[in-house]
Amino acid sequence: MNELLALIVAKYNFWLYIILMMIGLYAMIAKNNLMKKLVGMNIFQTAIILFYVSIGYKHGATLPIIQGGHGTHDAVIHAADYINPLPHVLMLTAIVVSVATFGVAMALCVKIYQRYQTLEEDELRIRLSEK
Amino acid sequence: MKFLGLVIVCLTGGLLLYGTMDLPDWGDPASPASTHLSDYYIEHIVEETQVPNLVTAVLADYRGYDTMFETAVVFCAGLACFLLLRDFRPGKNRYYRHIPTGVMLHFKNPETRMIPGNEFEHMDKDWVPSDIIIKTVCRILIPFIQIYALYVVAHGDFSPGGGFQGGVIFGSSLILMAISYNLKTLLKRVTEKFLSIFAATGVLIYVGLGVLAVIMGGQFLDYGMLAPLVPWDPGHVRALGMLGVEIGVGIAVMAVMVIIYVNIVSEGRHDEGL
Repeated sequence: MNELLALIVAKYNFWLYIILMMIGLYAMIAKNNLMKKLVGMNIFQTAIILFYVSIGYKHGATLPIIQGGHGTHDAVIHAADYINPLPHVLMLTAIVVSVATFGVAMALCVKIYQRYQTLEEDELRIRLSEK
Repeated sequence: MKFLGLVIVCLTGGLLLYGTMDLPDWGDPASPASTHLSDYYIEHIVEETQVPNLVTAVLADYRGYDTMFETAVVFCAGLACFLLLRDFRPGKNRYYRHIPTGVMLHFKNPETRMIPGNEFEHMDKDWVPSDIIIKTVCRILIPFIQIYALYVVAHGDFSPGGGFQGGVIFGSSLILMAISYNLKTLLKRVTEKFLSIFAATGVLIYVGLGVLAVIMGGQFLDYGMLAPLVPWDPGHVRALGMLGVEIGVGIAVMAVMVIIYVNIVSEGRHDEGL
């Protein structure tokens, strides 16, 4: 039991993100309403983004902006002093792209509602088979 | 179905949690993610690109292609929203509001028109009067939000900031205007044509800087080749190239955010809607 507790304390970030991810996944599988599915997908995406950002963190390191980097400087830069910039770059673009794709998904929902007057999946299936 | 979903989710979650045993500890400096490539970036970026903001340097220089196509994805999302939703059919009924009294006039005959001016303005059926407190607060806040957005874009290369973030802040200030006043007020200031041209211009600035580098004899997006065009600061030409690219990204993201919002809230009719 103590080993499990030590494991959780050392990697609590991953535990939190996996729980968040599973909430999103459950919403995508079990909810009937298309908007709720989309919200679940957004929760899932946010968990992935948090996961990546947490990978970039290092103990005792600061923001990935070189101090005194503007202008001439001769000081040696130690990699351990700055957190990993790579996950931040990937997630920076992922956030904006996820907002844009969410917009497209909502546009599709609006179109579906205009044609079938519903966003519930089972009703949609009935209306689709009627035509 | 719900029970089956719960079982699947619990199973997946359990397997993922079991998998975390092999992952590095939280904040471990010796984790695989921070020992190979990122060390090279942190130690060599300033001498190679003269940009102290590592995130921007990796974003616009080492991974310039990637960011260019991310911008293209954002542009395509705006285009998709426009093509899916935009409704060009003219409304049958016309509504006008008498500004001093707030009385709404409903014209059923589409032939009769009024000229909107100081007394009457063109309105929609869903129009609701906006609250004076919200209006005043937003009126004071919006210019500062926009100045801050420009500040964030301008600091893309030397301190925290960048085109994506600044663009989103600027776009959200415009969306705030549409929420606190009404959609017509926003579309009077930033028309659809303006937004479409800006979304395309942003991507064009990015690609144009890359092509300019090719014309100057370098490789695509090799900002160092732009040195003859910026005579005053040859040491920082890569930083200036990245700033230009970030401005392009900011413009594209700002316009696309507003296009998506305007089309979704009004179902493409560009009237009051939400």
